[in-house]
Amino acid sequence: MDFFSRFAVPHPSPAIYASMVAIGLTVIAVIAGLTYFKKWGYLWREWLTTVDHKRIGIMYLISALIMLFRGGADAIMMRAQLAVPENKLLDAQHYNEIFSTHGVVMIIFMAMPFIMALMNFVVPLQIGARDVAFPRLNALSFWLFFAGAMLLNISFVVGGSPDAGWTSYFPLAGNEFSESVGTNYYMFALQISGLGTLMTGINMITTILKMRAPGMTMMKMPMFTWSSLVANIIIVFAFPVLTVALLMGTMDRLFATNFFTTSNGGMDMLWANLFWVWGHPEVYILILPAFGIYSEIISTFSKRNLYGYKSMVGSMVIISLLSFLVWTHHFFTMGQGALTNSIFSITTMAIAVPTGVKIFNWLFTLWKGKIVITTPMLYSILFLPTFTIGGVTGVMLAMSAADYQYHNTMFLVAHFHMVIIPGVVFAMLAGLTYYWPKMFGFMLNEKIGKIAAWVISISTLVAFMPMFFSGLDGQARRMYTYSESTGFGIWNMISFIGAFGMAIGFALIVYNIYYSTRYASRDIGSDPWDARSLEWATHNPVPEYNFAIIPQVESSEGLWDAKKKGHVLFKGDYEKIHMPNNSGVPFIMGAIFFAWGFSFVFGLWIPGILTTIGIFVCMALRSFEKDHGRYISVKEIEETETKMRGAK
Amino acid sequence: MKIDHSLPLEYSTDQNKLNILGFWIFLGAEIMLFGTLFASYFTLVDRTGTGPTGAEIFEIAPVLIETILLLTSSFIIGLGIHAMRIGNKKAMMIFFGITLLLGAGFLGFEIYEFVHYVHVGAGLQTSAFTAILLTTLGTHGAHVTFGLIWGIFILLQIKKRGLTPETANKSFIFSLYWHFLDVVWIFIFSFVYLKGMM
Ligand code: HEM
Ligand SMILES: [Cu+2]
Repeated sequence: MDFFSRFAVPHPSPAIYASMVAIGLTVIAVIAGLTYFKKWGYLWREWLTTVDHKRIGIMYLISALIMLFRGGADAIMMRAQLAVPENKLLDAQHYNEIFSTHGVVMIIFMAMPFIMALMNFVVPLQIGARDVAFPRLNALSFWLFFAGAMLLNISFVVGGSPDAGWTSYFPLAGNEFSESVGTNYYMFALQISGLGTLMTGINMITTILKMRAPGMTMMKMPMFTWSSLVANIIIVFAFPVLTVALLMGTMDRLFATNFFTTSNGGMDMLWANLFWVWGHPEVYILILPAFGIYSEIISTFSKRNLYGYKSMVGSMVIISLLSFLVWTHHFFTMGQGALTNSIFSITTMAIAVPTGVKIFNWLFTLWKGKIVITTPMLYSILFLPTFTIGGVTGVMLAMSAADYQYHNTMFLVAHFHMVIIPGVVFAMLAGLTYYWPKMFGFMLNEKIGKIAAWVISISTLVAFMPMFFSGLDGQARRMYTYSESTGFGIWNMISFIGAFGMAIGFALIVYNIYYSTRYASRDIGSDPWDARSLEWATHNPVPEYNFAIIPQVESSEGLWDAKKKGHVLFKGDYEKIHMPNNSGVPFIMGAIFFAWGFSFVFGLWIPGILTTIGIFVCMALRSFEKDHGRYISVKEIEETETKMRGAK
Repeated sequence: MKIDHSLPLEYSTDQNKLNILGFWIFLGAEIMLFGTLFASYFTLVDRTGTGPTGAEIFEIAPVLIETILLLTSSFIIGLGIHAMRIGNKKAMMIFFGITLLLGAGFLGFEIYEFVHYVHVGAGLQTSAFTAILLTTLGTHGAHVTFGLIWGIFILLQIKKRGLTPETANKSFIFSLYWHFLDVVWIFIFSFVYLKGMM
């Protein structure tokens, strides 16, 4: 019984018990299915142990989509609770847990893996490389992310979810006010997946700097590669700050230290500062690759090269620097003083300038272009006005004096959803549709895709525009209910309808995947979009070795110039190709990290120590291991190439 | 693996070059890590609550010894890399061994120092200041500990496999790590101890 009260949910409700049963049944069904169809071996050999950047990208993609639905379910519950005044659907504690997990899941476990998916899949292809610099490390990054995601996701059935918001402000997140283990989960889930992200950062920077195809100078890199490079540099500088903040937060909770308490010298504002020194750059880690995707798509479907390549690169570099200089705008109202507020007001507004440069570059690209409206292009065009609304309200928020009115109201919630959904989510859906044929060898249905794009973007406006008004009227965020007399009811009802519409839009995307998997033609050639950069110069789906011969490029639009100016991309004969071997160690380490996090969440010291030892044993084994990979022979390459060409 | 004999062993394959660049980037992240710890330290250094201040608990003798041990070890690992470059496996192993012994000595004194702090009532839970002090020192100490184990593994591999592009690469990267820890310690010595005792 003691055991049960420790591990079970501190705030049980029928919904949570139902989820427990559902999770249990799903796990049993998956295990039974894998056993029945004898797929364990396949799963292990082809996926769990893979070090291929393309498969790792696809695993990130699947995780991101699943997490989108997890976070979406939370969003719907929140909107349903707020749809009418004095609603009794959720109680206050439950609401706290839901907005906290929604935020964490969406930012850390949905948006991040989504960009990681595209970065992993696309960057090596775009620069004409065979893999990333450290394929093994890449697999480990994925499994660490996955371990963190699972840890956070079991929290609501084992021990309770975090309930102090995705920002986990202390002292609210300290033991005194967050009694359940929820915030411990937060600390460990973010720590573990953050380690994975840092490793990806190192891996990607090295890959981009060192493994570009001959002829591809830095200023000839495609725009998505540029954006990934900049985002990964931000990762390497921002994530260690989070590591330290989480370490100190964990110690406060587990070992009763006094970093962020309000007694014995502790300083709660230190958490806020450290969190946002990471947190603000984090949003640019998300948005810059999204901008990169838009650049690729807009130039492909305007049938013209990107306007202002150099200013695009320059503005990204400036954004990356400024992103570290604005964090205080998150607590203008928390007593920083007028001078500090003014400085951070100005730096924040300054970010609008390079961002504006990018928007105008896209508009100029469209201006002279021959526009083809495909699904990815539709998302990109819908992105421009929607994102601008979000951006302009951001400048409003940046005025520190005015922020005393908006702070922590629905106005803020509306602002950041209006930037992050068109900015990141649309870009990822566009990228998903655009790169789908590269990943799987068939196209997603254009008609369903376009309907989904319209439904999602209109619903986004319906869901979030009303929050600007209720926010200006004073509806606070994170409030689980409100009274009839406030008059917020109507706005929240409209919001709920919008949220529901978004859910329908996402369901349409799932249906599209199902429909196209069944019915789409597999006979699409290697360049179905008539695209411009190198990733479209190899087959669909991409063979294991990416390129049979390493391409030689003369411009940032290698394929386009090969098509139009007769540049020759592939010179010479096939040579045997060196590939890394698969390895089970990254997966096993991910599993141990999961157990490690779980043990410390509950303060189970003995398993905690054992798993710590396990992690080091894995590293030691890796150190002693001799694994020089393997070679793909010329004969095998020839066979694959003929088969792939035949399939065209 | 293609080996380019015109380059030093540790740079001689493509993968080796990638490893070294990757490690430099990792050190960039480590600078941010310790930078954040220092920033937090300076924020919390005067927030001693009811606990002691730095000037009250710091002891110069062990800290000086620690500094000398670590600085010397960093110099000696440089000799080790030099020996590796001229292909003298035995000398290299001896220099690496001495480095690790000095590192272990550093760690011994640091443990003594920690026991002393707890003894005089400056434990982890005493105040924000003691917490950040022990965390900053502890993070550096944990890096040294990790380095000791890592270093032993490298020595074992060199003993078994000789100086190959792979082992040379690992040793070189390890030496970068060790120098880095030394640099961090110089900051700790100057800004935590010297400044704290003034
Ligand atoms: C599917 C449509 C979505 C709806 C209907 C929705 C709705 C909401 C609501 C109602 C809140 C709580 C506001 C409050 O009471 O404080 C919220 C907070 C939040 N949402 Fe969303 N959201 C959606 C999508 C997203 C996406 C795609 C992201 C990020 C990529 C995101 C990130 C966040 C964050 C970070 C918070 C703050 C959580 C906190 O207050 O700690 N949301 N959202
Ligand atoms: Cu910000």
